[in-house]
Amino acid sequence: MSDSIVKLNGGEILVRFLHDEGVECIFGYPGGAVLHIYDAIYKQDKVKHILVRHEQGATHAADGYARATGKPGVVLVTSGPGATNAVTGIATAHLDSIPMVVITGQVATQFIGSDAFQEVDSVGITRPCVKHNFLVKRVEDIAVTLKKAFYVATTGRPGPVVVDIPKDITAPNVKVDYKYPETINIRSYNPVVKGHPKQIKQAVDIILSARQPMIYTGGGVVLSGAADEVTELARYLGYPITNTLMGLGAYPATDPLFVGMLGMHGTFEANMAMHQSDVLIAIGVRFDDRVTGDIEKFCPDAKIIHVDIDPSSISKNVRVDVPIVGDVKRVVRDINALLKEKSTKPDKEALAQWWGRIKGWQKENCLQYDRQCELIKPQYVIEKLYEVTKGDAFVTSDVGQHQMFAAQFYKFDKPRRWINSGGLGTMGFGLPAAVGVQLAYPDAPVACITGEASIQMCIQELSTCLQYSLPIKVVNLNNRYMGMVRQWQEFIYESRYSHSYMDALPDFVKLAEAYGHVGLKITDPKDVDDALNEAFGKYSDRLVFLDFETDQSENVYPMIKTGQGHHEMYLASERGRGLA
Amino acid sequence: MRHIISILLENEAGALSRVAGLFSARGYNIESLSVAPTEDPTLSRMTMVTRGSEEIIEQITKQLNKLVDVVKLLDLTEGDHIEREMMMVKTRVTGEGREEIKRLTDIFRGRIIDVTETTYTIELTGSADKLDAFIMAIKAPILETVRSGAAGISRGEKSLHV
Ligand SMILES: Cc1cc2nc3c(=O)[nH]c(=O)nc-3n(C[C@H](O)[C@H](O)[C@H](O)COP(=O)(O)OP(=O)(O)OC[C@H]3O[C@@H](n4cnc5c(N)ncnc54)[C@H](O)[C@@H]3O)c2cc1C
Ligand SMILES: Cc1ncc(C[n+]2csc(CCOP(=O)(O)OP(=O)(O)O)c2C)c(N)n1
Ligand SMILES: [Mg+2]
Repeated sequence: MSDSIVKLNGGEILVRFLHDEGVECIFGYPGGAVLHIYDAIYKQDKVKHILVRHEQGATHAADGYARATGKPGVVLVTSGPGATNAVTGIATAHLDSIPMVVITGQVATQFIGSDAFQEVDSVGITRPCVKHNFLVKRVEDIAVTLKKAFYVATTGRPGPVVVDIPKDITAPNVKVDYKYPETINIRSYNPVVKGHPKQIKQAVDIILSARQPMIYTGGGVVLSGAADEVTELARYLGYPITNTLMGLGAYPATDPLFVGMLGMHGTFEANMAMHQSDVLIAIGVRFDDRVTGDIEKFCPDAKIIHVDIDPSSISKNVRVDVPIVGDVKRVVRDINALLKEKSTKPDKEALAQWWGRIKGWQKENCLQYDRQCELIKPQYVIEKLYEVTKGDAFVTSDVGQHQMFAAQFYKFDKPRRWINSGGLGTMGFGLPAAVGVQLAYPDAPVACITGEASIQMCIQELSTCLQYSLPIKVVNLNNRYMGMVRQWQEFIYESRYSHSYMDALPDFVKLAEAYGHVGLKITDPKDVDDALNEAFGKYSDRLVFLDFETDQSENVYPMIKTGQGHHEMYLASERGRGLA
Repeated sequence: MRHIISILLENEAGALSRVAGLFSARGYNIESLSVAPTEDPTLSRMTMVTRGSEEIIEQITKQLNKLVDVVKLLDLTEGDHIEREMMMVKTRVTGEGREEIKRLTDIFRGRIIDVTETTYTIELTGSADKLDAFIMAIKAPILETVRSGAAGISRGEKSLHV
């Protein structure tokens, strides 16, 4: 840390600040408006810069880095097209509440508003998809603004913050005093972390009165770093627990209390238990429509307790009975403490009955698939990936059926291992996100589960992987379809497969090789195991692109169609018997 | 229900568009919006009139509070408050119509602030309801109306400040 005052120019201040803030690496792409900054980067070796191949890749890589480490991801892009290319990645981070600071170059202050070369209103364009954004107008403001940006991005409900910096502000000849701002206070921004004691007391009483309880947790537990506290809560109570897509790993998936993911493609048991519950303990979740199904039919008999750091998340979609605003870690710790003080214990008999019913639903074996099939089943590949990596890999994903299979079949036991775009559902996320993860953990196994459509949206990052020797394993579940789209068309549009077939696909093996990597094509179920072992064994230090030719007709089950409730699932076993 | 929400906002470029953007992005309706600096140069005060169910108003206030530029917020309609709006109306009036307008302006405690041979411009202050009533009452053709949007303040000791 630099406590002395030094005279620096804007570009130097920016880079120096990042180092003082503890930033180890940034993801970026140069251009006119940020050249002064790039010159400052060139002249130092403290902050590592990762050159991506597309600004969308930079934002997803920083996002992946943030999700895996819990530290904010940092991005540097130029004005105009650099900034607009970054927007998809910013929105992706925004919807999943990922801490990120995105520095965008801007045209020089005197040109702002003149339709100058590569000028766009970056602050205006990004406003609806950031937690906050800033336009820096003076060299003297760079450090303080960046400090604010990091503070806002990482506290409360995290999110991306954009800092737009005009070129003249970073000019080499304008030097000002620089001192790292150790602390910052924003009078209009004070997130609440401690839950209200009265609310917590009320919650505890309701929790203990439950006969058919359900714990429903999500991304907030991961973001809060509260997996241990939540695990303690569930185990103390012996209550069933389900995770959202964003919460996977925050509770060990191999634990008997875990009933699987809930929602649209959640398990039969999780959704049925939600529907029948009398007390719902919702922690760090936002009652997304992919989770609730039809709101009118959502948990009809449950008293709902909701812990969330963002007041606007509470009672937004579903009215709750006991709102608790605060940080999950802090609140659940308080709940645990209070529970243990109480002489009342959970109702053992009622709970045994409740578990009896849940076990009944589990017998439905809702994730079954045809293991005799001669074609490669996507589920089988994930199961094998789980075995080969001993359930301990970092897994990034793109968007589609493969994403759901990954969520259902890779049993995450630790938080921050499952990295996917849930809220925005951004195809193209997986590979660049894996870049960020692998850079954060160079020695860890990192797999990117993708589909032949998604992977082509950011395929250029294969080049980044070569430059930085990132031994990512790309698991391409190649069904020659935009499978998720095809599935909806099969169910809802009488199998009219309008533009969901992927014709003229590249030869992915050759493509991988052209980028300097190893490519493997697997067409027989018998070869799945060997290919994965080879990828993580023999080729452990190389990027391997595994192109699995999978069964084109496979669908993701269970499925709750739009407008239906948790008790109205489509199951693989009966393709749609209503189970009210 | 109609709500009047008072907001203390950082007096910074872009703060207003954050509020306006929030309303359009989330599909909330704005009936009127007025904003001006306060005695504290770092703060602007905004008064926003909106309509919605209790759930929607709750979301609106939560979402507004979430904006980093919003320093403080008060739903005036939750307590006793005073609401004022200023309006200027230009009417075309000649002959005996002119007496009629003068009388009406007096009844509404307005003032005629500009006069030509064919027009009167009237200034009127009051609640939105009163201004609406005046417009309804005028018989003469209206050439133009301009309204400031509501400004509001709570009664008594209660005050919105940092
Ligand atoms: C193809 C596809 C299918 C999908 N199907 C499903 C599905 O079947 N099931 C499913 O669950 N999802 C599914 N999703 C994902 C879904 O769209 C949502 O992204 C997801 O359900 C939201 O998860 P969450 O409720 O955990 O909220 P998140 O988006 O993770 O939000 C976290 C919540 O926690 C709060 N929070 C953050 N930090 C803290 C803190 N420190 N303390 C307290 N609270 C905090 C936030 O304010 C927020 O309310 C699908 C997505 C795609 C793309
Ligand atoms: C950028 C973007 N465009 C469109 C979509 C809509 N979409 C969701 S899933 C999907 C198909 C994905 O196909 P693929 O990557 O092959 O995965 P599969 O479903 O076949 O496993 C599409 C087009 C999206 N989520 N993101
Ligand atoms: Mg596909």
